[in-house]
Amino acid sequence: MSDPSANNTGLDGARAWIMRQGRWSPFEVAFWLAVFIPFFFFPTYLTLASQIAIAALFVLSVDLILGYAGIITLGHAMFFGLGAYAAGLLTKTGWGEPLTGLLISGAFVALVGFLVSFIIVRVQHLALLMITLGLGLLTMELANSMSWLTGGTDGLQGVSVWPIFGTFDYDLWGYTAYSYTLIVLFIGVLIARRIVNSAFGLSLRGIRENLNRMPAIGAPHQRRLQVIYTISAGMAGVAGALLTQTTSQVALDVLSFQRSADVVVMLILGGTGRLYGGIIGAIIFMVARDQLAGINPQYWYFWIGILLMIVVLVMPKGILGFLAQIWERVRR
Amino acid sequence: MSTETFALRTENLRKRFGSLEVARDVSITLPRGARHALIGPNGAGKTSLVNLITGQLAPDSGRVLLDGQDITRLDRADRVKAGLARTFQINQLFPALTPIEAITLAVTERMGMAGQFWRSLASHEDAIAEAWAILVQLRLSDVATRPTRVLAYGQQRLLEIGLALATRPKVLLLDEPAAGVPKGESAELFSVIAALPDDISVLFIEHDMSLVFRFASRIIVLVSGGVLVEAEPDVIRTDQRVRDVYLGQAHHG
Repeated sequence: MSDPSANNTGLDGARAWIMRQGRWSPFEVAFWLAVFIPFFFFPTYLTLASQIAIAALFVLSVDLILGYAGIITLGHAMFFGLGAYAAGLLTKTGWGEPLTGLLISGAFVALVGFLVSFIIVRVQHLALLMITLGLGLLTMELANSMSWLTGGTDGLQGVSVWPIFGTFDYDLWGYTAYSYTLIVLFIGVLIARRIVNSAFGLSLRGIRENLNRMPAIGAPHQRRLQVIYTISAGMAGVAGALLTQTTSQVALDVLSFQRSADVVVMLILGGTGRLYGGIIGAIIFMVARDQLAGINPQYWYFWIGILLMIVVLVMPKGILGFLAQIWERVRR
Repeated sequence: MSTETFALRTENLRKRFGSLEVARDVSITLPRGARHALIGPNGAGKTSLVNLITGQLAPDSGRVLLDGQDITRLDRADRVKAGLARTFQINQLFPALTPIEAITLAVTERMGMAGQFWRSLASHEDAIAEAWAILVQLRLSDVATRPTRVLAYGQQRLLEIGLALATRPKVLLLDEPAAGVPKGESAELFSVIAALPDDISVLFIEHDMSLVFRFASRIIVLVSGGVLVEAEPDVIRTDQRVRDVYLGQAHHG
């Protein structure tokens, strides 16, 4: 094979191979340099850029369960929305410090995710889709009917977040918002990277690849799934909290089915199970929405639909998976 | 407990699906270090018996004892932890994982370290070294870093055994380990099984009688969910009932 250290170099070769799976690739470094481009070249798009970073964190949370552990979901906006409301309501109580706000919101949503995980790990396939869908709709209607708390369809107004570190206030152009969301996304990626490159991450991939084999190697797969579901929910909650903090409001649609579906579309577009796939998908989706909605605000989903079908038919591993395949072929 | 002379024992295992009785009062004993074969015509309930022992099926009545300990109520994963491993007749592998990843996964699960998401996989050096040793033992080290799905079928069958070995079993149940493997290679595969250390007790299902007679120290014949006879290979070879029920049928079929 093209991999020189893969064969005949014994245990050290195998070790090196495993180590290489978790190493930073040049593409990753290039990506994290590229995220600074909007600061210099598209300063008018910084607000969009921070929306993208938030969506990217959200889609990353879905990739952890869908791409790595094989848990399909159509209701993850539930956690995004709960995080958004938690962050908003927290400021209403008089505590507007953003960083602790993020952590508290994330921890709260993780707790909800942990409770939900007891149901989630017991079902699969279509039943899993329906359960997640149902829970998502349920949460949305709950938020809608509890308008005394959430503001209902009017949304939660008057969210006031203190400056970050008491210094960096949110500016009209979005410099602070983009910097803030970018740093949180980066930390999210660091955490996700560590998780997927751990023994636990390997166990998740084992579950995804062959659930039936896991008990036969003594693996408590349900507990593993509960852990990653809890982490994923927390991460989605942080993404939602970020949206609240950077926009100073919460609309009911943070919990919408549309958002749950969109995040899956972003992930499928970019490619599942590769961390950056979802992020690339979020960029494509959000930029396309921005541009297409500018052309025709009513029918922009038409083009997303076409793009989704093309990707699924031509690039079953998503856009990033497709690029990775090409790269592999070029390198040989 | 460990003073017991048997590694595995089933007591009056019964299981029926409607009118079909897949286990009729099955009581078998596997001494330490055994190399026992489980044979019988198709539909005799061989795989069902393995499923009952490993917990994939719950018996209607009866008990399963491992090292003298009653494991009838334990779930599958806990039975594996107690020292009972199996392989599958149809490969149950992890297609996208490489053999070194798959075996390392099984080793970290056994060590109780597979829940650690804060440590990198590469830092589990003991587990990786142990996985490597298993791959060397099974002559899979050359393909250690290729995805399982591209391995030759015979290599996949070996990996199937490797995953079971990584759990450090006291008792290993092999469900047709050579199923689908060309005849020339199946003897080689069985030589790997024969070379397993004596502290692993093995019960294997196999249809190829030449392999059974060559590698089994004792043979259990299962017919219609019940044990017809259990004896040494020489006795089985000449047993008229076995000839009628099993060998005879095999000759005609």
